[in-house]
Amino acid sequence: MRNIAIAVAILIAGATGASAQQKPAADTAKVDADIAKAFPTAPADWKSRFEQDETTKECSINENSPPKPVAEAIGKREKARIEYPADGGLMGDWQSGEKLAQSGYGLRFTDYPARQTNGGNCYACHQLTKAEVSYGTIGPTLLNYGRIRNFSEADTKAVYDKIYNAQAAYPCSNMPRFGTNKVLTIDQIKDLVALVMSPDSPVNK
Amino acid sequence: MLAIAMPPASAQDETEKAIEKYRQMLKEDPWSNPGLLDSDRGEGLWKTAAGPNKVTLEKCDLGQGAGVVDGAFAELPRYFADAGKVMDLETRLMWCMEKLQGISHDELVRRPYPAGGQPVKDLGAIATYVASKSSGMRFAAKLDQPQEKAVVDEGHAIFFRRQGPHDFACATCHNESGKRIRLQGLPYLADSKEAKQAVGQWPAYRVSTTQVMTMQHRVYDCYWQMRMPELEIGSDVSVALIAYLVKNAEGGEIVTPGLKR
Repeated sequence: MRNIAIAVAILIAGATGASAQQKPAADTAKVDADIAKAFPTAPADWKSRFEQDETTKECSINENSPPKPVAEAIGKREKARIEYPADGGLMGDWQSGEKLAQSGYGLRFTDYPARQTNGGNCYACHQLTKAEVSYGTIGPTLLNYGRIRNFSEADTKAVYDKIYNAQAAYPCSNMPRFGTNKVLTIDQIKDLVALVMSPDSPVNK
Repeated sequence: MLAIAMPPASAQDETEKAIEKYRQMLKEDPWSNPGLLDSDRGEGLWKTAAGPNKVTLEKCDLGQGAGVVDGAFAELPRYFADAGKVMDLETRLMWCMEKLQGISHDELVRRPYPAGGQPVKDLGAIATYVASKSSGMRFAAKLDQPQEKAVVDEGHAIFFRRQGPHDFACATCHNESGKRIRLQGLPYLADSKEAKQAVGQWPAYRVSTTQVMTMQHRVYDCYWQMRMPELEIGSDVSVALIAYLVKNAEGGEIVTPGLKR
């Protein structure tokens, strides 16, 4: 996490000059209109996928390196969009979490009608356990994540927040906003929190 | 098997090494590239009368004059005054199939890509043939007309445009060097060095799906992964993205049909 924060800081510092001259002169209204036309077989209830909210709009225009005030506004807005379980418990079952971390199923046009619940596909981008050697590197390694942090309550909440809405802590993070965008349910997110933060989880073994 | 037996970085290296060895063998014996079967089929189709008008594509102007195939791909995409649009190779071929052969646009865009394991469809085979006639050349699309510049800029904006339930953009996976999804290496396509290495391989024969995949198909597949609906072949979005990628790959060698995992 810290590495990412430093990398983001460097990116932000470095990108302001570079992206100013490289940024395309494209007309965003035309881009939006062309996107809306480019998927003519889209079912009516998929049309919302063409649209952007304020956050994705800002991240796109700024090529994921928003100026500081924009980044702060994104962080504030997205933090307010995090919902918590009614009973306040943030830890689910790490074994279910491991299954979710392995599964990339869901929301592709070949995934309908749905044959199973959506996956979190964590391994696509993160290293999590020693046993799974087929992992991606877009995100940081999460090996021993909980143990390194002494399984603290504050970090458990931070992990929940990060999975629910990554942009609250890291504006324009590449990571999907799994909770806010309704990709995963609160219970699924709790299972993933357990995978990362439970002392019994292979992530921390 | 490799993935289980070895730590991931070296498993990735081993797979890449094996494919690189395969590429080397193909260089030494170019006729062993399976993609050439489709290229040959494409050449046959180019010269075969088809469509309601029962004419061949031999009068199709790919930008170098009617019927000129050699080197045409190396200077695409470009603006075509007769169509009033910037077109990449596949979009231009569709235009010729529609205008010369009389095949309807709807028919051309309906199911343009093969299912896994099936050979590339006729349009893709013709594209593979035409592209192979620029193999060994370098990307030299000028893209300096106002219409062309606007399309490249639009492609740049689309590359970074985040959308859909996962907030994904092309840039999510292709805006940094040395990253992977699982064990699959990802080219940094906003960067000229890596774009030069990656873009010139398409259309490419994919070992995993045992078929040739064209550039339009490649982009369509990325949008599938981004949880977007089916991207229409020849749409302004796909053409703009391809123009942006080719601009980034300017000066890169064309080695098509390439070989991908």
